[in-house]
Amino acid sequence: MIWNEAKECMPREEIEELQSARLKKLVDRVYHNVEYYRRKMQEVGLEPMDIQGIQDIEKLPFTTNEDLNKAYPLGLLAVPRSEIIRIHATSGTTGKPKIGAYTRRDIDIWAEGVARCMTMAGVTRDDTVLVSYGYGLFTGGLGAHYGAEKIGAMVIPVSTGNTAKLIGMLIDFQATVIACTPSYLLHIAETLEKENKIDQIKLKCCICGAEPWTDEMRAQIEKRLHIKAYDIYGLTEMMGPGVANDCDAHAGLHIWEDHFLPEIVDPATGKHLAPGETGELVITTLTKEGLPLVRYRTHDLTSLSYEKCSCGRTMARIQRFKGRTDDMLIIKGVNVFPTQVEAALLTIDGTTPHYLMVVDRVDNQDTLEIQIEVEERFFSDEIRSLEKLADKVRSVLKTAIGLNARVKLVEPDTLEHSQGKTKHVVDKRKLYD
Amino acid sequence: MYVKQLSVFLENREGRLEEALKVLKDNGINIISLSLSDASDFGLLRLIVSDPDEARRVLKESRFSSQVSDIIAIRISHTVGSLFEVLRAITEAGINIEYMYTLSVGVEGASLALKTSDLARTDELIGGMSVHMYTQEELG
Ligand SMILES: [Zn+2]
Repeated sequence: MIWNEAKECMPREEIEELQSARLKKLVDRVYHNVEYYRRKMQEVGLEPMDIQGIQDIEKLPFTTNEDLNKAYPLGLLAVPRSEIIRIHATSGTTGKPKIGAYTRRDIDIWAEGVARCMTMAGVTRDDTVLVSYGYGLFTGGLGAHYGAEKIGAMVIPVSTGNTAKLIGMLIDFQATVIACTPSYLLHIAETLEKENKIDQIKLKCCICGAEPWTDEMRAQIEKRLHIKAYDIYGLTEMMGPGVANDCDAHAGLHIWEDHFLPEIVDPATGKHLAPGETGELVITTLTKEGLPLVRYRTHDLTSLSYEKCSCGRTMARIQRFKGRTDDMLIIKGVNVFPTQVEAALLTIDGTTPHYLMVVDRVDNQDTLEIQIEVEERFFSDEIRSLEKLADKVRSVLKTAIGLNARVKLVEPDTLEHSQGKTKHVVDKRKLYD
Repeated sequence: MYVKQLSVFLENREGRLEEALKVLKDNGINIISLSLSDASDFGLLRLIVSDPDEARRVLKESRFSSQVSDIIAIRISHTVGSLFEVLRAITEAGINIEYMYTLSVGVEGASLALKTSDLARTDELIGGMSVHMYTQEELG
């Protein structure tokens, strides 16, 4: 099912025409209404008329976390304060909170975005949607709430914090849809299993987001609850959930390109990468009135696919997130993400071995060593097989990251002991001293 | 007839061999034969011990990766060419010798451990020759 076929299935040329027109207007608006943006443009000698369409987007300076911090709370506001009808904010655990400031139209477009996403997951006016994202400053609760209401579904705003109460509502109202974080949903599944209540629920699907999750988690959710799982994406500073969502093809998340212009750039150089190449997702909000973002760097690593999807939608798809740019290492001039290494190691026999990447600099040359624990499943009484294992690791890494790594086989449990479970990188280079 | 061999993965770090041997000693496991093979930065310790499965268990508790596998252990006389005869029979049958090492069991003649690509056929072949094959009991 498609909520807004006219937009979601637009031919590519029409999408680009619409984006170009909207981008021009946006640049005009921020240049004249937001001093911060105007100064940034003037610093690079840019005037609104220099941007004639999306082909000129690379001329525009990026907006970064640092900009948002400097402009906190409402320095980037593009409308008079009286136009704003709501504020949302992130928890701000790593700095100042990120702000969402919405005009009435921003709220409407947000609801439209979420309605498109939920319809993609099969939600209709006949459904009962239990929203178990937090309500409050966090965008999850109210975002899902407005979207489901727009569709005309029956919304139960349970919020978070009380699993027993949630399960009661789930069963009493025979909710058909649940919107919450995937890890919380697994917790709910566990509780239902423990209390033998799985067959008392009528869920058909879930719309999960707000945290990264794996295919394995999706499979678990689908199997244990007998439902279909969909992935929703969005950031508070962009608006909240509802920027993109995955369809039945599960081949990436369709992003609402009529409202959000996505780009993929090399995180190190900021230059555009070709479709399909992995880099940092950069988003420009084309229609946001309150707090528009121009080329906002999300730090999320992914690639974009522009092929028409089997579901009929033409809107570009954000591929599986491959990590955060904050984790990126530059080794011999090559961008390396620990997640790439992890994915490559996973191909060896289906489970990621315990590993540690050690980056060093010897005689002004970067070196990469991968230490792999020889767990029992890799063990062999033949030296040759163990050397083959090391060769295999070398070759999958060469394919994945294009670098020759030195592979060192180490005894089991040696890595966790010294490094802690999640630490996979040791960078010994002293690059900034 | 096969004999159980215990192999232990050793990182090239100071004292790891001693530690592995200490674990076995502390658990009352008797080492009948020991052979150490080195690769560029790791080593493999191959052992014939009194109780291979128990040895593997105690090594695992001490965080060593190990494996118990079958090998063929033979004793050949010191007459010229007797080892050659055995190896030729194996290679002519199209079987690869994966590895081979001397067993340090104090008896007359030379004792060898053999691992081939086809242990069952090797067993048959050697069974037909005048070569002594050890049983587990004989060594343990
Ligand atoms: Zn699709």
